[in-house]
Amino acid sequence: MNASTLPAPRSPAVRIRGLTRRFGETVALDNVDLSIASGEFVALLGRSGSGKSTLLRALAGLDAPTSGSVEVPEERMVVFQEPRLLPWKTAIENVTLGLTGPATAEQARAALAEVGLEHRLHAYPGTLSGGEAQRTALARALVRAPKLLLLDEPFAALDALTRMRMHRLIESLWIRHELAVLLITHDVDEAILLADRALVIDQGNLSTAIPIDLPRPRELGQEGFLGLRKRLLGAIGVTESETNGATPLRGVATLRDLDSPQPREVDATSARGAAAPA
Amino acid sequence: MHIIKRDWTAAVVPPNMRATMPANPSVLADDATAPLLTPVTVRRKGPRQWLRLVSPVLLIALWQIGSSTGLISSRTLAPPSQVLASFYRLTADGALQQHLLVSLGRVAKGMAFAILIGGSLAVIAGLSRLGEYIIDAPMQMLRTLPVLALIPLFIIWFGIGELPKVALVTVAATFPIYLTLYAGIRGVDPKLVEVARVLRLSRTQLIRHIILPAALPTALVGLRYSLGISWLILVAAEQVNANSGIGYLMNDARDFMRTDVLVLGLLIYAALGLLVDALVRWLERRLLAWRPTFVGAAA
Repeated sequence: MNASTLPAPRSPAVRIRGLTRRFGETVALDNVDLSIASGEFVALLGRSGSGKSTLLRALAGLDAPTSGSVEVPEERMVVFQEPRLLPWKTAIENVTLGLTGPATAEQARAALAEVGLEHRLHAYPGTLSGGEAQRTALARALVRAPKLLLLDEPFAALDALTRMRMHRLIESLWIRHELAVLLITHDVDEAILLADRALVIDQGNLSTAIPIDLPRPRELGQEGFLGLRKRLLGAIGVTESETNGATPLRGVATLRDLDSPQPREVDATSARGAAAPA
Repeated sequence: MHIIKRDWTAAVVPPNMRATMPANPSVLADDATAPLLTPVTVRRKGPRQWLRLVSPVLLIALWQIGSSTGLISSRTLAPPSQVLASFYRLTADGALQQHLLVSLGRVAKGMAFAILIGGSLAVIAGLSRLGEYIIDAPMQMLRTLPVLALIPLFIIWFGIGELPKVALVTVAATFPIYLTLYAGIRGVDPKLVEVARVLRLSRTQLIRHIILPAALPTALVGLRYSLGISWLILVAAEQVNANSGIGYLMNDARDFMRTDVLVLGLLIYAALGLLVDALVRWLERRLLAWRPTFVGAAA
């Protein structure tokens, strides 16, 4: 398997050997091998139902594999697509949930400040915006000083501007905390912006691993970006024409767009058409 | 959003005139396919809340007029003035307060036992599969019993003192509390339970921080329902061999054909129902302050 042949230079944060997970007849993961070095940022791409969430749940200890071994650090945290905050607890109470010790409140305040929420400490999740709630969830993970951070499409439900901010935030947190990160995403551009290595999973197999060695900080469309994008889309089995001609400069082409293609019946010459959301 | 593909601007209006087009394009389009623009109107609550009081006041006035003119015999229904008079008389000598206190005490005791029993059973059945097997099936069977049919049995078991009255309230009020708390516990979002696993919460922490708060809104609906039922049951229970309480007062009044006291008793039950409801709503506002609906309403 390609993914496993890539060297993991530093001490490993994740070591998976022969991981298989079946749900009845369906094989969600088929004999997967994967190593992630500590401090490495890995993006995992795949279409819906490719097995990427099953892999993350196995790493999070939320799902028992049918066979194979999964080794992860004791200190691992997950941020899900939905923030999953307890609505009856304030932001800071959510962050400190289950923690004991004298410095807990101080650490929680610091973690919330780090994600830019020092002014929302005592807000209930129902009053937070989507981005704020997701940042609170991030603070809840960070305050526990994880060595491995598992991100299950954490930006998918956010609007484009908030998502761009979150990308920058995640990158800076990753650098500062020296975490290993596994980011599951639909979004090819997101993977290229953030990851050291992009993996593609297809029908339970890690089919491709592409190292991404662009200099940081990265931006959409920088030199080498388009080439990587083409390679990754090719690996997922998407041709450039399938993405409706969306370029990274104009918008973000995601696999989700391909999963549910929007009819494009906008007439460019029509005043009504031009006003309609594309 | 569905987009109608019709290039009416290009067809009707030359490009240099488009900027001056009227806001409503339907004047330019042919009638058959005219796009309809409707002004957005949001109805606001009118300031005429007091109108709600008009019909009750009118009804009472009609009732008084009917009694005064002799249309309604005071044996059938005492006039409002007489109900008010007996209210003053009974409060002046302290009898009404005495009976009210006794009734309130019975409901309070019955509810306390109901919350204790129904709550504990729901927690046991809700949190363990074994508890569910042992507790849930009999509870589901028992809850269909008409509680009032237990009165004769309870008199044999508990005599005619305070015990059967409190016990009846307890039995009746236990089921709504059990059912709603049990359903609330079982209805906890599994995604939040997963968070507890990720954060490595202990089972006690899971129950305390996630399961019970999540079940609380449903359980409060049960509490409200229980309180309503407990008054209902008390009316019947206090008419059996009681010598105090609002039900006794009414039973006594029936023997002397005092329709004024009977109506007064009914009004007191109604007022108590409203009071108890207000109490639970106050409790909801305090305990569920985190809910977005309340966050908005508090402002």
